[in-house]
Amino acid sequence: MLKLENISVIFNKGTSLEKVALEDFSSTIQDGDFITMLGSNGAGKSTLFNVITGALKPAKGKIFLDSEDITRQKEHVRARYIGRLFQNPEHGTAPHLTVEENLALAYSSGKYGKFSLAVHKQDRAYFQEKLKTLDMGLEDRLKTPIGLLSGGQRQAVALMMAVLNPPKILLLDEHTAALDPKSAQKILEITNELIQKEHMTALMITHNIQDALDNGNRLFILNEGKLIQDMDFAQKSKLKPADILNYYAV
Amino acid sequence: MSLAILERALELGLIFSILSLGVYISFRILNIPDLTVDGSFTTGAATCAVCTVQGHPILGLLLGFLAGCVCGLITAFLQTKMKIHALLAGILTMTALYSINLRIMSGSPNIALLNTDSVFTMIPFTLLVLVVISVCVGLLLFVFFKTNTGLMLRATGDNETMVKSSSINVDTMKFLGMSLSNGLVALSGSLLAQYQNFADVTGGTGMMVLGLAGIIIGEAILRKKTIGFGLASAIVGACIYRVLYTIALQFGIPATDMNMMSAILVALTISIPYLKKVREKENA
Repeated sequence: MLKLENISVIFNKGTSLEKVALEDFSSTIQDGDFITMLGSNGAGKSTLFNVITGALKPAKGKIFLDSEDITRQKEHVRARYIGRLFQNPEHGTAPHLTVEENLALAYSSGKYGKFSLAVHKQDRAYFQEKLKTLDMGLEDRLKTPIGLLSGGQRQAVALMMAVLNPPKILLLDEHTAALDPKSAQKILEITNELIQKEHMTALMITHNIQDALDNGNRLFILNEGKLIQDMDFAQKSKLKPADILNYYAV
Repeated sequence: MSLAILERALELGLIFSILSLGVYISFRILNIPDLTVDGSFTTGAATCAVCTVQGHPILGLLLGFLAGCVCGLITAFLQTKMKIHALLAGILTMTALYSINLRIMSGSPNIALLNTDSVFTMIPFTLLVLVVISVCVGLLLFVFFKTNTGLMLRATGDNETMVKSSSINVDTMKFLGMSLSNGLVALSGSLLAQYQNFADVTGGTGMMVLGLAGIIIGEAILRKKTIGFGLASAIVGACIYRVLYTIALQFGIPATDMNMMSAILVALTISIPYLKKVREKENA
């Protein structure tokens, strides 16, 4: 369970450029929730993610994960149980490292010692089996530097990396927005499968209203740093895309 | 060119291959142009010379390496904890090291190692000793970069955004990489001091570019960009560069012009991909 209590984030405080990115934001995210999140640019969606991962420290408020206060915990410490996927597929993988080395990066350091070889023989079989489920032919490209793959393929590997050690919370920051329609659909399918299979708690930012309605069991709509709608599955299923537009700031 | 001259060129090349391996870690793996090198090379030479004069050549090499590691840690500290631009951080450390190197050498601008034991007087097969040292360092690095920590280090230079959002501590990786890099640079300086039987406070000038020149030549020959080929490029390239350097000297180019040659070589090689692109665009 992730609990956000009265979170406020203010950029450039005390200057003429002052902007309230999040204002007194409170919400409780239950285990197993898959929340889709809508809102216009600057509504605070990415800021919320940055606060959850620890990339940003809130000016006010507290964050609890399973009743532990993590407000002051460093980003790389939280990363052990919070996974994040970016919009740009290039942000999620290291281009000069091979597919198997990227996967090992996410997988091995927890499993083996720091100075043990990163890619073990038995891991290769495991990686291949996992990649096969993506159905993208990646299982035959373990030794390919990941920079040579397409955006969709890179994002698929990034997603795989995020869930090899299933995190408690998975944050998806418009992770299909930079992909072509077919790859985007494929990645979204895989995302749903993985979330269900690993019983993960996930938040997904999207600008695609249909995606927001079709996926997940809960819907957040943000506006000017505030949570203006928090709908459960029943409420969300009744909505049509046109209804959503009314919630956007003009 | 006589065989003796070629042998000497290869020996120097192997000593500088350790320098190139060090520069490879900062420049290619961490993606940081690190000017600490010009200072830490001398720090290694000075530390080693002081020890060697006292009759401890092996300890001298070890302490030279460790002194270099400390130099790297200082630059990494400036970069990560003080948020100073990477290039400036290196320049600051290098500048400070000039004073520190003089202190290590008790204020004198050079130390002569006459009538003292060095690794090269202890074991007579100089070329062989240097081949063994260079290959061993290369292999150790190769294995290291295949371990979990090595992989994290490579990822840090390759995609810092990704590493920041993962459970890897970026700052720790920079400390590790910079200290290892400058440790090797200083080891190269230490070996050179014992080989030439003296250490000079200005000996480090142009060493970052020299190390880079070796890497670039090696990469142009070996071409493949994997980590194994990269490390091999540094070693092979440094040796070839030194042989070319010796040939240039034989043709009467003054040794004092060679820093300019190295700089031109590096500048040209790095801009070739861009120049090619421009030409392709014009042709299209």
